[in-house]
Amino acid sequence: MDTTQITDTPPPAAQPTATEQKRAARGATRPGDRIFLGLSRGSGIFLLVIMAAIAVFLTYRASLAISKDHGNFLTTFEWNTNLQEPVFGIAVLAFGTIVSSIVAMAIAVPIAVAIALFLTHYAPRRLSGPIAYVIDLLAAVPSIVYGLWGALVLVPHMNGLFGWLDDYLGWTGIFSWQGGAPRSMLTVGILLAIMILPIITNVSREVFRQTPRMNEEAALALGATRWEVIRMAVIPFGRSGVISASMLGLGRALGETMAVATVLSPTFDIQASLLDPGGGTFAQNIASKFGEATEFGRDALIASGLVLFVITLLVNGAARAIIARRAEYSGANA
Amino acid sequence: MSTATVSTLKGARLPKWSPYAIAGGSVGLAIAIGLGAGLDSRVQWGLIAAILFVVGTYGIAARVEGKRQAKDRIATSLVWVAFLLAVIPLVSLVWVTVARGVKVLDVYFLTHSMGVVADTEPGGGIYHAIIGSLEQVGLATLIAAPVGVLTAIYLVEYGRGKLSKAITFFVDVMTGIPSIVAGLFILSLMLQFEMQPFGFAGSLALAILMMPVVVRSTEEMLKLVPNELREASLALGVPKWRTILKVVLPTSIGGITTGIMLAVARIAGETAPVLLLVFGNPFINTNPFEGAQASLPLYIYQQYANSAGSGAAYDRAWAASLTLIAFVMILNLVARGIARWKAPKTGR
Repeated sequence: MDTTQITDTPPPAAQPTATEQKRAARGATRPGDRIFLGLSRGSGIFLLVIMAAIAVFLTYRASLAISKDHGNFLTTFEWNTNLQEPVFGIAVLAFGTIVSSIVAMAIAVPIAVAIALFLTHYAPRRLSGPIAYVIDLLAAVPSIVYGLWGALVLVPHMNGLFGWLDDYLGWTGIFSWQGGAPRSMLTVGILLAIMILPIITNVSREVFRQTPRMNEEAALALGATRWEVIRMAVIPFGRSGVISASMLGLGRALGETMAVATVLSPTFDIQASLLDPGGGTFAQNIASKFGEATEFGRDALIASGLVLFVITLLVNGAARAIIARRAEYSGANA
Repeated sequence: MSTATVSTLKGARLPKWSPYAIAGGSVGLAIAIGLGAGLDSRVQWGLIAAILFVVGTYGIAARVEGKRQAKDRIATSLVWVAFLLAVIPLVSLVWVTVARGVKVLDVYFLTHSMGVVADTEPGGGIYHAIIGSLEQVGLATLIAAPVGVLTAIYLVEYGRGKLSKAITFFVDVMTGIPSIVAGLFILSLMLQFEMQPFGFAGSLALAILMMPVVVRSTEEMLKLVPNELREASLALGVPKWRTILKVVLPTSIGGITTGIMLAVARIAGETAPVLLLVFGNPFINTNPFEGAQASLPLYIYQQYANSAGSGAAYDRAWAASLTLIAFVMILNLVARGIARWKAPKTGR
């Protein structure tokens, strides 16, 4: 399904004539038309109602829990919902979620941009189609399979890297390692990077492909090398597209549940080191704590889910706003 | 033209085979260093080779062709390295899943449940999980596909003004909802009405995740239908709703089917909402409206999490992963096949 040409076709909605407008104002006349319009408009409104219901119900159940919280919901470093006086807070989760996503972005964005450039400017033309397809397949692998692979294959392979980082960069504190199993934020970040690579690659590729041919040829005619063409013509043109692609990827990384839940060995505290196991993320905490949670515990988890919901809304909204500013680019299937 | 003239318009260039020669040289040197220094990790050998290659390319190119060309060559090799880096996990994932999955994947595995098998023992299968997955995903599709397609029809054929703008915006927003949040939403409803986990609750969460995907893809497909077809039909006096049903939809049905199948493939692998709402069940439960059910992705997670490190449980998890990946990939391939076969002919 190739959607790149779509933007070339004219929008189907023809300018209505005066009589048509009058009829539209009165509403559809035939019963069949009325029913059909009602059905399709109803479906659209149904979607809006669902969104509103999500916000309302999450907020309501969350407020039930937060009102009985004996700690500060934003700053408490604890998650004990079964106590007589329950104490829970999202500080650790917010920290872990942000750290793992930042690690994932730091790894995924440069590689994804490079792959997008590879597909549009470097790969032999005959290869670039199949390669793009393979990248799509990466996106189709279910997250639980990534989680299983991460926990049973990636984690045992991380010991070498962790030892090396500890030897040479351990003095920074960020990369110090006490030798525990490498089920830490760095491993989670690497796994998340692999998972969000396809979406960033796909959107960046679409943007790079739309670089005006004229600009590239002008640069070439002035004697620029291929790298200079990319630096002077392709990257400046695609910058906003790459930013929004990265934010879509960030949205995914923030909300990823199963891959984090299988790989991380969680503790409820904040650690400076990326290599020592510990910490937690919103989604992982919900999945891990859900099993033994009471009804009140579930409400507390819903409260943390509401925070995650708001964060992803903001990130995705910003990404969409950046895309929308580029009239020529539709981020349709992103 | 005599052979003696050297063109002044062209700078000196390295011969075409030079990257391969440098690559070969650096690999050879890396092996020599690795053996000499007694490094036992192949990864270290590879790293040394890669660094030698980059440095060597830059040095030689800078000497022969000049700095700008050298930078260009480095960019080229970095881009190739990035691509190869991305391929490694994919190859590893597919390889491991297939290699470990085929161990226990047979007809017995596909036709038996975990009913009387403890998670740490060998034996058992995924029959109950397949049934649960098919029912939950099927019900979710029954809800999400009609709503999604109708919404897309509204946006493309009727939509003007504030309502359609709002719908477009919120469909975009909905695409980004983490699956666990969709699960929590249904969970909050279940807490409100004091319900126990059951299969259909999972379907509802999956439907929420599926709807925006269907809307987006259907919208794109409907926009591909040439306006002339609509105008021709309307000019013959055919009502608008019949025009949509008999002209617009048949023209784009291939693409719409593809979009729905890709959406199904996407939700079939969702674990988080199923974990919260369907809960998992080692026994066969064919009724999605009552009692906890199993599901394939959830089965993988529970085999991993409840295994206590038992090899038998890991084997089952891999075999179930292989089944799930096969299912998703087949859906993907068939969907793309339909898209190619039924693609509307727009170019004229």
